Amino acid sequence: MKKRSLPLRNLARRPVRTALLILLVAFQALAVFGGSLVIFSLRNGLQSLENRLGADIIVIPATARSKVNPESLFLQGTTGYFYMNRDRLEKLENVEGIERISPQLFLASLRASCCSVPVQVIGLEQETDFVVQPWIARSYGRALGLKDVVVGSRVSAAVGESIRIYQENCPVVGKLDATGTGLDTAVYCSMETLAHLLDAARAMGHDLQISGDSAAQVSAVYLKVKDGYDVGKVTDDINVHVRKVEAIQTRNMFSSVSDSLRSVSSVVVWLIAAVWVLALMILLVVFAMMMNERKREFAVFRLLGMSRGQLGGMVRTEAVLCGAAGGLAGIGLALLVILPFSGLIEASLGLPYLMPGAGMIAALGGGTLALCILMSALASLGAAVRLSRVDPGTILREGNG
Amino acid sequence: MTRLTAEGIMKRYFRKAGEANFFEAVGKTDLTLEGGEVTVLMGRSGSGKTTLLHMLGGLLRPTEGRVLLGDTDLYALSDAALSRLRNQRIAVIPQGRSAVETLTVRENILLPGTLYGEAPADMSVAADQWMEALGILPLADSRTRELSGGELRRMAIARALCWKPEVILADEPTGDLDDENTALVLSLLRKTAAEGAAVLIVSHDDAARPGADRAWRMDAGKLIPMDG
Repeated sequence: MKKRSLPLRNLARRPVRTALLILLVAFQALAVFGGSLVIFSLRNGLQSLENRLGADIIVIPATARSKVNPESLFLQGTTGYFYMNRDRLEKLENVEGIERISPQLFLASLRASCCSVPVQVIGLEQETDFVVQPWIARSYGRALGLKDVVVGSRVSAAVGESIRIYQENCPVVGKLDATGTGLDTAVYCSMETLAHLLDAARAMGHDLQISGDSAAQVSAVYLKVKDGYDVGKVTDDINVHVRKVEAIQTRNMFSSVSDSLRSVSSVVVWLIAAVWVLALMILLVVFAMMMNERKREFAVFRLLGMSRGQLGGMVRTEAVLCGAAGGLAGIGLALLVILPFSGLIEASLGLPYLMPGAGMIAALGGGTLALCILMSALASLGAAVRLSRVDPGTILREGNG
Repeated sequence: MTRLTAEGIMKRYFRKAGEANFFEAVGKTDLTLEGGEVTVLMGRSGSGKTTLLHMLGGLLRPTEGRVLLGDTDLYALSDAALSRLRNQRIAVIPQGRSAVETLTVRENILLPGTLYGEAPADMSVAADQWMEALGILPLADSRTRELSGGELRRMAIARALCWKPEVILADEPTGDLDDENTALVLSLLRKTAAEGAAVLIVSHDDAARPGADRAWRMDAGKLIPMDG
C-alpha cells in the first residue's frame, strides 16, 4: 500500500458521497462549458455571417418585404424570391461613393418531385461578384459552368453528385464551409444557370411574377462603398434617388442579430453564474459536513504521524479527483447534448450559430476542467484548514468519556 | 535509554473564549517515563488520564509546561517535525475505534510506515508476527468494519508494537478484551518495555497494575503516587 493511494480509497469507500460530489461538479461543468460553447457558437456565427456577406449595402426591390423578410432569408434559410429589372443596376452605379457592385438572382426550389431539396438558389454574376466568389474559390477554383452548382454546408449533396432543380440535373462541383446561417442551406450557380432554371420553372407553370426575359432580372444587388464615404449616407442617397428599391445597410441587418446575441449571452452568463454560486455553496456545505463526519478518521491519521500539511494534501487530492471526474463528466455531457442538437439549438434561438473549431472546444474544455478542479480544491480547503487547527487529542477524547 | 519527561504541564479548557471561567482537566503535573519501565496510571473516568496521555504523546498542547523526549521539547517543534517524531518514536494506542476503515487490518498496521516513504518489505512479516501473537492473523485481509471491538483493539496494539517505538502510550489497552487477551496484551507490553521502550498504561482495570515499575493514580486532574 502506498500513501498516494489513500485519497482514491477514501473516495471509493463512500460511493454515495463521492457520486454526489462528482454530480455537483458535473453540473457546474455542464453549465460553464455548455453555456460558453453556445455563446462562442453564436459569436462565431455572427462573425462568419459578417465575413460571408462582405458587402456594405444590399439593395432589394421595394416590394420584396411583402414576400419575404430579407433578414430571415439570410439568417435562417427561409426560401423566397423577388425580382427587379436589371436597369436598376445602372441607376445604382451612378450613386456617388460606390466602389463595387454585383447583382444576384434568386430562385426558391420546391419540396416537390421536380426538385431534390427545397433550397434557395442564388445566381451570381461571376465577373463582378465579390461576395460569394472568394468562398467558392476555396472549394472550387474555376468559373462555374452552365448548370454547375456549389452548395452550402447543410445541403445534403456531396461534390460529384447532382441535385435536381425544376427537372434540371445540376452537378455539385463544390461545397462551402459552414457559416451557421441560412446561407448554409443555399445553392450557388452562375447567372446563366439561374436564368435557365427560371425558364424551366416558368415552363413548368410556376408563376414567378417576372415580366419579360429572365436574364434581364436581378433579385438583390450587393454594394461595396468606397473608403472615405459614409455607408449610411450612401444608403440614404440610394433610397432617395433610385426608385422602386430599398437599400439596407448590412451592419443594421446584423445589429438586431447582435442585440439578440447580447441578450442571449447575458441570460446564459447569468445562468452560469447562478448555477456556479449555488453549486459552490452546496460544495462548501458538503465538504464542511464531510470533514465533520470524518474528523475521527483524520485524528487517527494525525495520531499515526500525519502532519497537517499531509492531511490537507490528502483532502485536497480527494477534492481534485472529484473535481476532475465531475468536470470531465460535465464536459462530456455538454458535448453529448450540444453537438448532436446544435441544429435544434440554432432553430430555437433563431440566430446564426456556428460551433467553434476542435482547438477552441478543447481549450474551452481545458479551461472548464481547470476551473472545476480549482473550485473543488478551494471548497475543501476551508474545511481542511479548520479541522487541522484542532488538536487530534481533542477529537480523540470526544465520545471516550 | 529513552526518557519522556513532563515538566509542569497542565491543561485548562476555557468555558467561553476570553473569560476567566475555566475547567482544569489536568493540574500542574511532573512525570517521567523511563525506557525499560512500565508505568501504570489509574483513575476514574473523567479524572484527566486521557488528557495527560495525549499531552505526553504530542497530540494535545498543554496550557502550560513542556514535554521532553530526551532533550527535544515536543511542543517547540513545528507541526511537521512533531508529526514525524510521533510517527517514528511515539506510539499512542487511543481509546475507542482507531482503524482507518478504508484499509484492511494488515494495511492499518503497516500504515505508519507508509506516511514517510514506503514501508520496508520485511515489515509485512513483522506485522504478520504481531497479528499472530495477538490472535488476529486470520483477519489480516479483512476490512476493519467487520471486526469486533476486541479485535480492533488488538489491531491497534499490533500497529503500535510492530514499529518498535521508543515510547508507548496505551489508553485503556485492555478495555474491550476478555481476561485471556487482557493478560496477553499486558505481557506483550511488559515484554516491549523490557526491550527498552518506555511504556505508559492508562487504565481503570486493576489487572494492569501487577508487574508495573511505577504506578500513579489520577484524581480530579491531580497525579498521586500509589503504594507499592
